[in-house]
Amino acid sequence: MTAESEERLGNFFGRNIPDVNVIRSCVHCGFCLPSCPTYRLTKRERSSPRGRIWLMNQVSIGNLELLDPIFEEEMSLCLNCRACEAVCPSGVKYGEILEASRAQIEEHRETPVAEKAARGLAFNVLFSDMKRFRVASHALKLYQRSGVQSAVRKTKLLNVIGLGESEQMLPELSDRFTVPHGETIAALGEKRGHVALFTGCIMSTAYAGVHESTIRVLTRNGFDVTLTADQGCCGALHVHAGEPDGGRKLARANIEAFEKAGFDAIIVNAAGCGAALKEYGHLLKDDPSYADRATAFSSTVRDVVEFLGDAGLSATPGPLNWTVTYQEPCHLAHAQRVTKQPRALITAIPELTLIEMPESSLCCGSAGIYNLIQPDMSSALLTRKLDNALSTGAEAIVSANPGCMLQLAAGLRARGDRRPVIHLIELLDRAYAAAESAAEPESAAAD
Amino acid sequence: MAQPAVVAQLEAALGRDSVLSNPSELTVYEYDGSDEALAGSHRPDVVVLPQTAQQVQQVVKIARAMGMPVTARGGGTGLAGGAIAVQGGILVALTKMDRILEINTRDRYALVEPGLINLDLSQTTSRDGYFFAPDPSSQRACTIGGNVANNSGGPHCLKYGVTVNHILGLEVVLPDGELLWVGGPSPDVPGVDLTGILVGSEGTLGIVTKAMVRLTRSPEATDVLLAAFPSIEAASSAVSAIIAAGVLPTALEMMDALTITAVESAYHAGYPRDAAAVLLIEIDGLLEVVAENTRLISVICEQQEATEVRVASTQEERDLLWLGRKAALGAMGRLAPNYYLQDTVVPRTKLPVTLQRVEEISKDYKLPVANVFHAGDGNLHPLILFDRHKPGDIERVLHAGTEMIHWCIEVGGAVSGEHGIGLEKKDFLPLVFTTEDLAAMAGLKLSFDPLQLFNPEKVFPSGFSCGEVSALRQQALAARLGIDFV
Repeated sequence: MTAESEERLGNFFGRNIPDVNVIRSCVHCGFCLPSCPTYRLTKRERSSPRGRIWLMNQVSIGNLELLDPIFEEEMSLCLNCRACEAVCPSGVKYGEILEASRAQIEEHRETPVAEKAARGLAFNVLFSDMKRFRVASHALKLYQRSGVQSAVRKTKLLNVIGLGESEQMLPELSDRFTVPHGETIAALGEKRGHVALFTGCIMSTAYAGVHESTIRVLTRNGFDVTLTADQGCCGALHVHAGEPDGGRKLARANIEAFEKAGFDAIIVNAAGCGAALKEYGHLLKDDPSYADRATAFSSTVRDVVEFLGDAGLSATPGPLNWTVTYQEPCHLAHAQRVTKQPRALITAIPELTLIEMPESSLCCGSAGIYNLIQPDMSSALLTRKLDNALSTGAEAIVSANPGCMLQLAAGLRARGDRRPVIHLIELLDRAYAAAESAAEPESAAAD
Repeated sequence: MAQPAVVAQLEAALGRDSVLSNPSELTVYEYDGSDEALAGSHRPDVVVLPQTAQQVQQVVKIARAMGMPVTARGGGTGLAGGAIAVQGGILVALTKMDRILEINTRDRYALVEPGLINLDLSQTTSRDGYFFAPDPSSQRACTIGGNVANNSGGPHCLKYGVTVNHILGLEVVLPDGELLWVGGPSPDVPGVDLTGILVGSEGTLGIVTKAMVRLTRSPEATDVLLAAFPSIEAASSAVSAIIAAGVLPTALEMMDALTITAVESAYHAGYPRDAAAVLLIEIDGLLEVVAENTRLISVICEQQEATEVRVASTQEERDLLWLGRKAALGAMGRLAPNYYLQDTVVPRTKLPVTLQRVEEISKDYKLPVANVFHAGDGNLHPLILFDRHKPGDIERVLHAGTEMIHWCIEVGGAVSGEHGIGLEKKDFLPLVFTTEDLAAMAGLKLSFDPLQLFNPEKVFPSGFSCGEVSALRQQALAARLGIDFV
């Protein structure tokens, strides 16, 4: 059964039907339940991965309506954090069938006009073109002051770029956008390879500083870094929200932008984007002119943490007398199974202490646009995450994904806690800065 | 669907959020961890998620007044259908009662609620150097209440014993809605051992609302050995030789080639893919003793033709070896869409001949069988692999399974080691028990639950509750299963 065919599987019909063999590969052993954030909070079977697969199964055999309110609610309540996939002995590809189920629901449900407009604005206008995205990010400040803000707030979807929710965040945006023009920043010292940097949407506006850190750390470790022109948003938000066609369009454009140059790796510093880029092969499997190219593209994608952890640091970081804790992004730990490298890199910094928090890999509730769609569950998970993180007494929370960082920072601000949330690569960058200032004691110390 | 009046009463007692009656949300309580054939055919009328023992009492009293069956459920990981609401009625999901109420390391017990996940308890007490010994392979998802119900075992039960050896006391709601405490923190409570009766009764006699469990001191040292063998016979001989040498490993597990293939493709745990069988052996205790026993066991394995003996040197390596073993069942999904699991026990000395017989049966029925089991205590877990969408497969699987059970009983074994009887194995009980045995069990059941509302149609053979156990029944069963009844 191909996802593109106009077929019927019980009450699934039309395009993007979940693969029945994946649904059936669940033997309902229940091993996934404790790994699931929504199950841990509700203790309800329907809010567990096993329960959701069973509901998909019921739709697939015609026992449950596709638009049954419980089914719709559960497909939406799932964070798609994929912690269940990482522990599943049968290897059920849960993310695939969840995304297909969401696409099915989106295709067949009656979408309210306002929501349709908001989704159209976000998915077809903003994220589909980086120029527009940057203009919109700049313009957001204007929106806020002109009274359009309340309309935007109602749709909530603009918040996904990380700007709508909190005024304090906006000033940081101004001059710090990363705009890739195809330029290459040369390696320092002995050259070890040549990589491309995937700049993405939110990272290049709200977290352009992380890109700057990434470039500094990679070049310092002997890698030429190219900011490939004509690249765009990865499409993860589209795919997760049941808009796979929008995601496919972006995927094709990215493949075309990167495929010719033959880089050693395509480096990404947002875990959510990295997971999506690594799954282009699946996303475009039914597109004959792109399927093989997508697989080839995906095979070269590496999270910057994974890449540096595997390659090893050739430059020694300087000391940071700091206590930090590490919050694992779901799409790094579960979707990409990268768990050792982040810890190895953090502990490579002299004088720094890493204190592990309880439930480090339990979702923080950010999950793309989840915090906007399911605010109650998201906020309950954020509370749990911050309690866990702060119980370590760490002076900073280190993570590796913009969604998590926005969520944690917002949560800390709401508590009146001034501790920083920083990207792992920024931490390394600071350590290198410390090494430099130690080498040149007369220059001003960095941070 | 439950009558609105029942739902209203339950909602008044527990709150609206804790009562589920929408058919779309009841459907996810139609299964547990047992085989596909049992899942999806029985739906509870209403599901409740109580948070206190008093709420459980209220639920039971409402059920009793309405004559509705009551089925308790924990993590839903059971392999014999024990948590399936065969007659509908009220399903009591104890998942919200998951607190650790007290940890007392001086008296070495913990007081916990039934919905607590097994591994969560050991992880919490490990900080103080203690653990809860029963470790079913599902320990990261199964609950203490479920362990009590099934008298669950696990790899480490070879040395530490099964759940009943680790339960000091229980608070239970009886079928009449009364709350009863049995046992307590001091060992050897005089009188009838009611705790012993309740453990393993699979929710047919009462619903556990608190468990006082024994905590075991974490060993000073632990070694895990992996020994690879060129044949199953060689591995079986090594098992007997180890036990005969007077060494008691904490765990002594065997996996055959098919299981190794499944586990390696799922986890890359590092098992040698060319071995016919591997033994996973854990030794714990005092540092010096562990070192000596590890050396002794290595020598024994080599004498029994082991092609490789490896000692896991780091915690990470140990965890990976154990992960492969503990998730082996789930990993079978990599080999075939379905599996049918037996849980028979045979005397240890009968292992080699029994494994030969299993292989013959596998050939006779042209069904692959993977073996992964607790070799140390002779508890087999042959997994018959099949595809339920292939015509004729299910029938052949049932016949093959029945032949295996029959063989095991013939050589002096039992129908189930640790997974419980539940729905799935109840009709095999007459093969091991006499009419008088079964009548005694029925008498016990009726004295606790005269209305037979607690987990009906479980454990006891079909038609048994009416007192109709007879030779006729046994013959009918034998005829249905295609066995020549002796």
